[in-house]
Amino acid sequence: MLNLLQSLGKTTISFFERLGRASIFLKHILATIPSLFLRPSLIIAQIYSIGVLSLSIILVSGLFVGMVLGLQGYNTLVNFGATESLGMVVALSLVRELGPVLTSLLFAGRAGSALTAEIGLMKATEQLSGMEMMAVNPIKRVVAPRFVGGIISLPLLAAIFSAVGIFGGYLLVVQVLGVDSGSYWSQMQDKTDFMGDIMNGIIKSIVFGIVVTWIAVFEGYDCIPTAEGVSRATTRTVVHASLATLGLDFLLTALMFGNI
Amino acid sequence: MNDTFIKIRDVRFSRGDRWIFDGVNIDIPRGKIVAIMGPSGTGKTTLLRLIGGQLKPHAGTVEVDGKNIASLSTHDLYKVRKKMGMLFQSGALLTDINVFENVAFPLREHTKLPEALIHHLVLMKLQAVGLRGAKYLMPSELSGGMARRVALARALVFDPVMIMYDEPFTGQDPISMGVLVHLIRSINDALGLTSIIVSHDVQETAQIADLIYVISNGKVVSHGTPDEMKNSESAWVKQFINGESDGPVPFHYPAPDYKQELLGEVAC
Ligand SMILES: Nc1ncnc2c1ncn2[C@@H]1O[C@H](COP(=O)(O)OP(=O)(O)OP(=O)(O)O)[C@@H](O)[C@H]1O
Ligand SMILES: [Mg+2]
Repeated sequence: MLNLLQSLGKTTISFFERLGRASIFLKHILATIPSLFLRPSLIIAQIYSIGVLSLSIILVSGLFVGMVLGLQGYNTLVNFGATESLGMVVALSLVRELGPVLTSLLFAGRAGSALTAEIGLMKATEQLSGMEMMAVNPIKRVVAPRFVGGIISLPLLAAIFSAVGIFGGYLLVVQVLGVDSGSYWSQMQDKTDFMGDIMNGIIKSIVFGIVVTWIAVFEGYDCIPTAEGVSRATTRTVVHASLATLGLDFLLTALMFGNI
Repeated sequence: MNDTFIKIRDVRFSRGDRWIFDGVNIDIPRGKIVAIMGPSGTGKTTLLRLIGGQLKPHAGTVEVDGKNIASLSTHDLYKVRKKMGMLFQSGALLTDINVFENVAFPLREHTKLPEALIHHLVLMKLQAVGLRGAKYLMPSELSGGMARRVALARALVFDPVMIMYDEPFTGQDPISMGVLVHLIRSINDALGLTSIIVSHDVQETAQIADLIYVISNGKVVSHGTPDEMKNSESAWVKQFINGESDGPVPFHYPAPDYKQELLGEVAC
């Protein structure tokens, strides 16, 4: 019993200790961001490797998720003769929830893990301390561009995910199952509110972008500089970023749509 | 200007509960080449990191050019580092860019020189280390010795006033070793640099060093010019310079008695 309490206490302390270090780290990153905008090429290169190279997985997943939504929705709604609402169902599920959340989860696995591994390996091979000795701040040169690149990429990817998903739903519902194309689109336009739905979805994806990228760069920078340390940090990135995404999603949803 | 460029006073530094340095005093005169020698694991790399400000001593001071490194703000520390070149034991090249870009890196980060000038400066340094032909190779395509020579070119490209070499000769064949030894001496004299060389290659280092410090067990065991060291009476220095296996120099990391441990009489 005492052991249990002890290890519980230890875990709690180490959790807050890491959180503290991560916050100080975030402060250091933020301090370098103004000067970063003088060198946009660094950010653009990161948007390419973090965002553009994640496009294929986002496109494919978005398409399939949209089709599944259409199919599941159709099977339920057809009993009530309400299949013309399918456009709205697909669009709202994607824009409010699945777009930001699934994109963030995929992003954590595809780009977050890569960020952690890259920064961790640079640390393990002394590239970061080499930079320090050349009077180049690695947080500014290596971490901050990746952080900003991730924050810009995730909301864009989430938007693309939702758009492709809506198109996937259209393909299945209209082209395969024969629902009227006009009602698919017009119901969607009528029932989707710009501020209430789309804006909230965008805010979610921005929050996820900040948190997931922050976790990824922190784990990389903070890892134990050995092969094992890097591999553990990579795993932690995926696990923590996914949990953070789901937890925050609940919180944000409660705040935005909860009427609590 | 006849002064001490780096002044290390009573420095103590520990890793865990082991004192790596326990009261070390070193003076490095401006414009000279100073060799730091000592058994593997005594903290030579650690010493360079203390001078570069990547580690802070737990007691004592490290002064570079009159400035106490540990008390500088980050901004000032970076200003001092711009004047330091460091050759890492592992090379520490950036693996996502090629040899040319690696050498150009400090120039691109700190200056707005025109491309043509950068091109010239980089090729000049690569020529000096004999790797101009390798400029488009990636670091992963280099051998260990080549990578260290590229790192040397990079350390020189920003024209530092002081340069620290961590084992520059390891992994070099006799010919490139000879070239490097000569290069280090001639750069030092031509540019008026202050150089610190950490090396195990006693003969080569003794050829070019003005002063040798030997450290072991957290202390400076002996120091002097190469000639003084060769004629030293100390059994310790004799053994180290001649590389004999018997003598006072410890080869083992501190450990309990071997026989007792084999017999299981040591509490782990
Ligand atoms: N990150 C670290 N954490 C804990 N101990 C360390 C760390 N780095 C080095 N040490 C310890 O510090 C001591 C000195 O290490 P250092 O790398 O300075 O040795 P060295 O003199 O450069 O050796 P070599 O000639 O083999 O390069 C070693 O005994 C090592 O065990
Ligand atoms: Mg070393």
